[in-house]
Amino acid sequence: MTAVSPPSRRASAFFFRKPRLRLAILLSAPLLWLGLAYLGALAALFITAFWSTDVFTGQVVTSWSFDNFVTLFSDSVYRTITLRTVGIAALVTVVDAVIAFPMAFAMAKLASPRAQRILVIAVMTPLWASYLVKAYAWRTLLSGNGAINWLLDPFGLSGPGYGVAATVITLSYLWLPYMILPIYAGLERLPDSLVDASSDLGAKSFRTFRSVILPLTFPAIVAGSIFTFSLSLGDYIAVKIVGGTSQMLGNVVYDNIGAANNLPFAATVATVPVVIMLVYLAVVRRTGALDNL
Amino acid sequence: MKNRKTLLVGLCGVSLLLAACGTASNSSSSGSAPGAQGFTPPKLSALTELGQPEGQLNVLAWPGYAENGSNDPKVNWVTPFEQQTGCKVNVKPFGTSDEAVTLMKTGQYDVVSASGDASLRLVASGDVEPVNTALVPNYNDIYPFLKNKSWNSVNNVAYGIPHGWGANVLTWRTDKVNPAPTSWSAMFDPNSPYKGKIIAYDSPIYIADAAVYLMAHQPDLGIKNPYALDDKQFNAAVDLLKKQRPQVEEYWADYLKETQSLKNGDGVIGTAWQVTVNLAKSEGAPLQSAVPSEGATGWSDTWMVAAKSQHKTCAYKWMDYIVSPKVNAQVAEYFGEAPANSKACAEFKDKSLCDTYHANDAAYAAKIQYWTTPIPQCLDGRTDVKCKDYGDWTRAWTEIKG
Repeated sequence: MTAVSPPSRRASAFFFRKPRLRLAILLSAPLLWLGLAYLGALAALFITAFWSTDVFTGQVVTSWSFDNFVTLFSDSVYRTITLRTVGIAALVTVVDAVIAFPMAFAMAKLASPRAQRILVIAVMTPLWASYLVKAYAWRTLLSGNGAINWLLDPFGLSGPGYGVAATVITLSYLWLPYMILPIYAGLERLPDSLVDASSDLGAKSFRTFRSVILPLTFPAIVAGSIFTFSLSLGDYIAVKIVGGTSQMLGNVVYDNIGAANNLPFAATVATVPVVIMLVYLAVVRRTGALDNL
Repeated sequence: MKNRKTLLVGLCGVSLLLAACGTASNSSSSGSAPGAQGFTPPKLSALTELGQPEGQLNVLAWPGYAENGSNDPKVNWVTPFEQQTGCKVNVKPFGTSDEAVTLMKTGQYDVVSASGDASLRLVASGDVEPVNTALVPNYNDIYPFLKNKSWNSVNNVAYGIPHGWGANVLTWRTDKVNPAPTSWSAMFDPNSPYKGKIIAYDSPIYIADAAVYLMAHQPDLGIKNPYALDDKQFNAAVDLLKKQRPQVEEYWADYLKETQSLKNGDGVIGTAWQVTVNLAKSEGAPLQSAVPSEGATGWSDTWMVAAKSQHKTCAYKWMDYIVSPKVNAQVAEYFGEAPANSKACAEFKDKSLCDTYHANDAAYAAKIQYWTTPIPQCLDGRTDVKCKDYGDWTRAWTEIKG
């Protein structure tokens, strides 16, 4: 046994004796990322929200005031837009959950292992195509002489045209895979034996679904809803393409940056979805959904 | 109160450049006489003579204005310029006037193709300097009705070389709209028979379209310039647009989206650019377009030289080159607008386009109210009231759309 050990050995021995230091160094890179790049950007956004813009030169004036927030709360139009945005996001989430559950159930419980793989790929295929192409495809479908009206015409019906309904349809289509995949993962973890036990105890299939399957997969549904809800909350492109005259929070942010060059007010508006998401996450944390992400 | 203060601080910040703080706040006409636009630009002088080309040129341009073959190998007018002058050209395209204004502040660009809603801001902030038109031989052939306008000159000092222009025209489907409309009433009348089939432009600047309509239909409001609106005039225009909203099928910002709407018949009447009309027509849509009796809004672009430019000889050579008959024709044809050079029409590949764009038609051009940035100092020269600035316009636009 020699007195001098190689430096690497000495270093590892040193860190072995100091577990806290070891942990700190291991965590510093991800923490730096989370702290600086992510939370730092959010903090910068929040600070910008208190500034204002010089109307003529377009330069940001770094003097503190609550003016932006006063405008945001006093102007009824922003309330309307916020409510509309939350409404659309909630509807999209519900529509997606209703469509996704049976699909995910069929994938996880009914399909053969080989079919399962093919189905997972099939669900993910739309993610490979550009967002814009898909949104414009819906624009064509929903058009006055598009496919939807052509299908409904024989029944004396007509499609929704462009507007909020069209936006909900398009966003539901766009985010569906983000709902199916978490529910599928949740259902896959659900042991078949529980379902068998339920039917052995005399439960009909609906009772099994209501008392066994749904409670156990609910966290997975909520996990999916975090994706569909937050993605809808921040969207501004789909509503620009199929939304007719309606606008969402994202459009207000976009217009203030793109047209008015008013970054501070855009930042103020952008804090709204952040706050809504924080509240939403706080509420769903109790369901254990965050463990399903 | 706080709001007032911030505004005043902002205004006084600009006032170093504008020397307008005094005039704006105590609403007297004392001090330096304001220019036609209500502000006095910083003192900068134009280049007196050309030197040796500096070998470099940084161009800030609307997409399609300075094509170097990277988008389409067949569309290239930058390379011949480089060969002629030895000025190596770097092109940076921008998407909005606001982006152009912000980028010009970096001092990295020598020339910019500014629309009217950017040019005044660039002049006022001292980012661009006057242009010595004597050093631009092709300036002689520019249509006189484009020279020394409120968006490219201040107090008759030219700040740039006109490039091209177009109107936001009224367009309609001839199979669905009868008789052919001659007034914007077809879009603004609450009893318009085309309710729910109307397409409107999606930008705060569209408020000016309502103001143009009010100029003709409510003369008692006293609107002289659709970009200089005081409280009362502004509210009238905003109200008109709020009443229009339920009739609107959709707002467009992407001209391809509008083309599709008109082609499918989802919208039968709306404001459009000539390029949209041509595109939709070429795809078989029965369209017709016109500037109605009230006139119309439009754009007129100007090449301007950065005050801090290190490559001014190359910049002048570029401005002369880009408005030369042949190149001006190429750009106008590619982009879909009227050229500024009176000899450009002879160079068009499709001779009919010059008639389509009314290139030679001064009367048509006079009916157009070109895009201009609304500022607190009223652009029509009034000093007794404060006008709504573009920030107000943007907020109102959000409100109009609801």
